[in-house]
Amino acid sequence: MLKALQNRFKHSIYLEKSNILSLKEEEIFEAVKLAFDEGGTLLLDITIIDYLDFISPQKERFALIYNIRHKTFKQNLLLKCFLSEAKAQSVSSIYKAANWLERECYDQYGIVFEHHPNLKRILNHWQFEGFPLRKDYAITKGQLCTQSVNLMPEMNERLLEKGLITKDKEGNYSKCEKDLMFINIGPSHPATHGTIRNFCAMDGETVIANVSEIGYLHRGFEKSCENHTYNQIIPYTDRLDYCSATTNNVAFAKTVEEMLGLTLPPRAVAIRVLVMELSRIINHLVCLAAQLVDMGALTNYWYLYNPRETAYDFFSKLTGARLTNSYMRIGGMSYDLYEGYEDDLKIIMKEIEEGVSISLGMIEHNRIFHDRTQNVCPVSASEAINLGLSGPNLRAAGVQYDLRSAKPYYLYNDLDFDVIVGSVGDIYDRIMVRFEEINQSLRIMKQLLGNIPDGDICVNDASVVLPSKENVYGSIEGTMNHFKLIYEGVKVPEQEYYSCIEATNGELGFFIVADGSGRPHKVKVRAPSFGAMSAYTQMVEGSMLADAVLNLGSINIIAGEMDR
Amino acid sequence: MELDMLGDAVITTRLDDAVNWARESSLWPFVFGTACCAIEFMSTAASRHDISRFGAEVVRFSPRQADLLLVAGTISYKQAPILKQIYDQMPEPKWVISMGACACSGGFYDNYTTLQGIDEIIPVDVYVAGCPPRPESVLDALMMIQEKLKKESFSQDRAGDFVGKLDA
Ligand code: SF4
Repeated sequence: MLKALQNRFKHSIYLEKSNILSLKEEEIFEAVKLAFDEGGTLLLDITIIDYLDFISPQKERFALIYNIRHKTFKQNLLLKCFLSEAKAQSVSSIYKAANWLERECYDQYGIVFEHHPNLKRILNHWQFEGFPLRKDYAITKGQLCTQSVNLMPEMNERLLEKGLITKDKEGNYSKCEKDLMFINIGPSHPATHGTIRNFCAMDGETVIANVSEIGYLHRGFEKSCENHTYNQIIPYTDRLDYCSATTNNVAFAKTVEEMLGLTLPPRAVAIRVLVMELSRIINHLVCLAAQLVDMGALTNYWYLYNPRETAYDFFSKLTGARLTNSYMRIGGMSYDLYEGYEDDLKIIMKEIEEGVSISLGMIEHNRIFHDRTQNVCPVSASEAINLGLSGPNLRAAGVQYDLRSAKPYYLYNDLDFDVIVGSVGDIYDRIMVRFEEINQSLRIMKQLLGNIPDGDICVNDASVVLPSKENVYGSIEGTMNHFKLIYEGVKVPEQEYYSCIEATNGELGFFIVADGSGRPHKVKVRAPSFGAMSAYTQMVEGSMLADAVLNLGSINIIAGEMDR
Repeated sequence: MELDMLGDAVITTRLDDAVNWARESSLWPFVFGTACCAIEFMSTAASRHDISRFGAEVVRFSPRQADLLLVAGTISYKQAPILKQIYDQMPEPKWVISMGACACSGGFYDNYTTLQGIDEIIPVDVYVAGCPPRPESVLDALMMIQEKLKKESFSQDRAGDFVGKLDA
């Protein structure tokens, strides 16, 4: 992919450390197209960098970034161009996933994408004025929203797209031949597991068209990051995918560590893998528990949710918090494993195994369960990639993509586990893939238990890791070191960098622009739930209303991560 | 008719006490769960902490059938009109628990997206600190509501003079 692009665009500049190919503004659309043709089928992210007040002068104020992953999943490539005006061409005709991503760029930075089918705000509310992620927008400038948005115009466009209504010259829409009924599922509805609004056009029990409104949990993660030091960001990452907080911690810390060129001690790596796999399990447990409740199978909730409580006990002992652990630090982690952790983990693992097997026993051969899930809301492999799905949702469609095996990091190369794939990509597959992934994660944990190497849990580098308490209180160097690290933060050299891990819901990546100071200039999260939700409309149109509810549960949308 | 003919089949009490006794033991919560705190509410409802010990397990998803609004999670400006509408749709008497730092004060989201406390738009009876609060704290808040409502009169207008930012 890179070679082909370099051959075609001779003047392009490739920065190896950042994995960024810089192109001219007028070439970028063609470049994205070529990247797609050369096998770059998964569009991970589109984002903007605002260079206002940046440490070193840049050609233009805004730069546009595309992040594209090759179909072998081993490599990704970032394409970058500077924008002379606040506009660009939409690539939503190539990637369906681009639709929402471009809307976000418009919403946050005010970049207009030409030929975009539906360029309107996505995360911020419709009464919002200005573009909050621009550097000249003050972070605390909130704007009151007095009314929910009217989704009817968007619905009309969607119906028009589907050929169900027509539009005359004055812009009036015709009446639909079908007797449609419009209903809202959400924003506050038990089936939305959070606050998401799906506005459906119903023909009887069938969803004919759907438009989704997200952003209700937009908490300004990215803007907050720009105003905090790297270690202060860790608690914010907890609250992205709050069902598995430590995984986000690792994803962020790992990115920054790679930017700093640090290598973690073996013990730290092993602990990270151990807690990440436990987090993966408890996240899947919540997803499955809630999903089965939607189906009316309340009993499963107790069997699946209760082991989570025991896991919380472990996390409380280890990190001091049940849910929002903030366990990782740049360069390591906050505490070492406590004495007797192995016994605790063994009990947890046994409970999880029991819970899973009892729950599976109730549904595995259950006719109702099969009828409600098999061949319901399927999505094919190629569609799923184009829509930007990843993680269990993509694997359920039969795509063997798991970063742990595609591009192994940490210990995953030496650990035995299977990548679980489905075949149809329906709700059944999505559920079963998660069930089996729990077993695989248990398998990984078993291999690690008893094999955690001794040694440090943090890198030995005074410019990154806080000194020990004795040192802080006992020596002036220690005090100064501590003060400077807390006050100024870990200094990351100027660069732009993307790194990712296989989180519970798919590829979780951080794109960070560092300016040499202790605070990032920009942080962008590639959030798997965002891609999954943008695919939702296509998945549910044509299915029954009750199936649409199940489908939302099956793609495991975590609002904190989707809306950020 | 002599009163003692009824023996001890009758006990007399004040109407307020009788009504409050009934209310106290069957609060029906509407859980407005938006974020991480909602996951801790799930724990509060699950077996170990078991909110039904306090008579409040009948979670309603229709505001019209609930009398306890439990706001669990961050409320953004975009979300505010929805929360307000739900509160308005709940019939009197109604109580509000604000669960977690975000709902109480905006938490550490002091930025352009987040309402700096739900009491800017609706009245709150009990604030629960924590990010997220542990399930025990939520149960404690529930008990505080129970204590509080015991002292109230059923005929009293509880928060009639509240004016929030969205009431204009
Ligand atoms: S208070 Fe903390 S845990 Fe609760 S919603 Fe806010 S950030 Fe999440």
